[in-house]
Amino acid sequence: MSVKEPVLEIKDFSVDYGLGDQGVQAVRDVTLTLHRGEVLGLAGESGSGKSTLAYGVTRLLPPPGVISGGSVIYHPPGGDPYDVMALTDHELRAFRWAETSIVFQGAMNSLNPVHKVSTQMLDVIKAHEPDLSPQARTARAQEMLKLVGISADRMDAYPHQLSGGMRQRVMIGMALVLQPQVVIMDEPTTALDVVMQRQILAQLVELRERLGFSVLFITHDLSLLVEFSDRIAIMYGGRIVEEAKSADLYKDSLHPYSEGLLKSFPALRGPRRELSGIPGSPPDLRGMPSGCSFHPRCPHAFDRCSDEVPLLGIPSARNDPSRSVACWLPGRVPVG
Amino acid sequence: MKFLLQRIAFYLFTAWAALTINFFIPRLIPGDPVTSLINKYQGQISTEAIQSLYVLFGLDKNASMWSQYVDYWGQVFRGDLGLSFTFFPTPVIDILQQSLPWTIALVGLTTLASFAIGTGLGVLAGWRRGSWLDGLLPVTTFLSSIPYFWLGLLAITLLAGPDSIFPSSGGYEPGLVPGWTPEFMGSAIQHSLLPAITILISSVSGWILSMRNMMVTVASEDYITVAHAKGLPEKRVMMSYAARNALLPNVSGFALSLGFIVGGTLLVEIVFSYPGIGYNLFQAVGSKDYPLMQGVFLVITLSVLVANLIADVAYLMLDPRTRKEG
Repeated sequence: MSVKEPVLEIKDFSVDYGLGDQGVQAVRDVTLTLHRGEVLGLAGESGSGKSTLAYGVTRLLPPPGVISGGSVIYHPPGGDPYDVMALTDHELRAFRWAETSIVFQGAMNSLNPVHKVSTQMLDVIKAHEPDLSPQARTARAQEMLKLVGISADRMDAYPHQLSGGMRQRVMIGMALVLQPQVVIMDEPTTALDVVMQRQILAQLVELRERLGFSVLFITHDLSLLVEFSDRIAIMYGGRIVEEAKSADLYKDSLHPYSEGLLKSFPALRGPRRELSGIPGSPPDLRGMPSGCSFHPRCPHAFDRCSDEVPLLGIPSARNDPSRSVACWLPGRVPVG
Repeated sequence: MKFLLQRIAFYLFTAWAALTINFFIPRLIPGDPVTSLINKYQGQISTEAIQSLYVLFGLDKNASMWSQYVDYWGQVFRGDLGLSFTFFPTPVIDILQQSLPWTIALVGLTTLASFAIGTGLGVLAGWRRGSWLDGLLPVTTFLSSIPYFWLGLLAITLLAGPDSIFPSSGGYEPGLVPGWTPEFMGSAIQHSLLPAITILISSVSGWILSMRNMMVTVASEDYITVAHAKGLPEKRVMMSYAARNALLPNVSGFALSLGFIVGGTLLVEIVFSYPGIGYNLFQAVGSKDYPLMQGVFLVITLSVLVANLIADVAYLMLDPRTRKEG
């Protein structure tokens, strides 16, 4: 495999909801790099800040969400990298969808009910490539829909005439229609049944091989990520607590929280293992525990955990630069 | 298409029911128009004349209810609504033909203007939530709670007068002959200004409020976020995604208010002595003019029905979800 080239670098990214004393920090100092052509999974419980991160990266946060720090460096193919946070409104509009598109959590409601599928596909092409002739736009949209398994005659359908799975496919097709470098998928299949979920994801992997985009895949379903993604980052209480290649994380997770997540679903193959959940409930953002935010629920917690915040770093016990963890347990403390 | 036919059938049925009620009401209330007409002429009418008046008004006691009903329908279709007492012997249909254009011009145009202005402001206020436009809201709430006629009285007291450019009553300068002359039109417009402003001020706020609230609701929908994420121009997101969807409830409200154009602003016409259909009704009630009242009710009923039909059709065109296949 060639040297990995970054396409989206998120650095020290923080998001607050509300200002001043009332504000809560939903995403804290997240640093995450998405490489060209890879699928990076981002997993965590509800309220861990996954979706907030996705909205923040594209500056789509609804008020009272505020990006309080950090940068998002985008590397266009064959161009100079630039910071998405520093773009003007006009540049931002040009950046959105053409470079980074999003498939949203509520994909069922992502289509405007009063416009035809074609109208909604074509207006995005028109906004970004105004010079393209109407025939070429239609051809592009039809081709994209065909790629996601929707026949061209469905172009003139209204969203309510499509099933949930079809709407999701339309949204994925729409996300790819401008051939962006990065596609952010925010729990794109949560509203669908398992069979449809698999079908759509398999199709997505196939499309990625053909079109060569990178995916930031956000879900609470770690079992899905283990199967489909190249690397996985685990988020807890607004921070990344562990990052590793999928196989490494599955076989040998280092953070007690990742371990807990992995133990909460059954393996299809291999020896039987005990299923156990994670005791307690997700932390309250208004009153985060001191030190490591996971320590009240952690079975291995000791004194240091409640005093100091562990930093994400390469664990000393595994001298492997591809993985990092934020934990005080022996062997997991960053080297150096 | 099938849906449309169903609606039309429904409205035809409603129209039939309304006309039938319109037929029975004068026959059920105590006293009858002929008696009141006789009273008006205080015994100067002979017995034969009285009998022929009964026949003329379709109240012939010798004819059965059924044959009266059949005659009534025949008259309705011929546009014969009887003779007015107040303006005896002018046919009711002529009076309505004279006053209807005044009402439609005054109230119709102001309702359209108020809907357009109110919806436009509502779109902006809803889209730029938190800006200075939000300051409009308490003002509009206050204005919308003032009744038309009271605002009209206030306007007459404060603005109209011998030296003012605003006449306090009438539809045009009394000396002028109605026609499409610039002089007459100018006078008519001058006379309509004050009532028009009154109606506009008290009705525009309702549109602003409802449109603004719908905009705020729609703006938090997922498809608006998607539209932003798609990098569409702000204006297109606002108009084609947010306003387009937020407009739907306002359209039905608008159609309903169209129906009330004819009857609902009765009080404004009374306050300004405006020669419209509401003023007719006022005169008719004052002099127990049954045929004229019946005629006015008929016009109001039909206009409400037509307005509702228009609303249904508009909804069909605007919202694909209401369309049924096949």
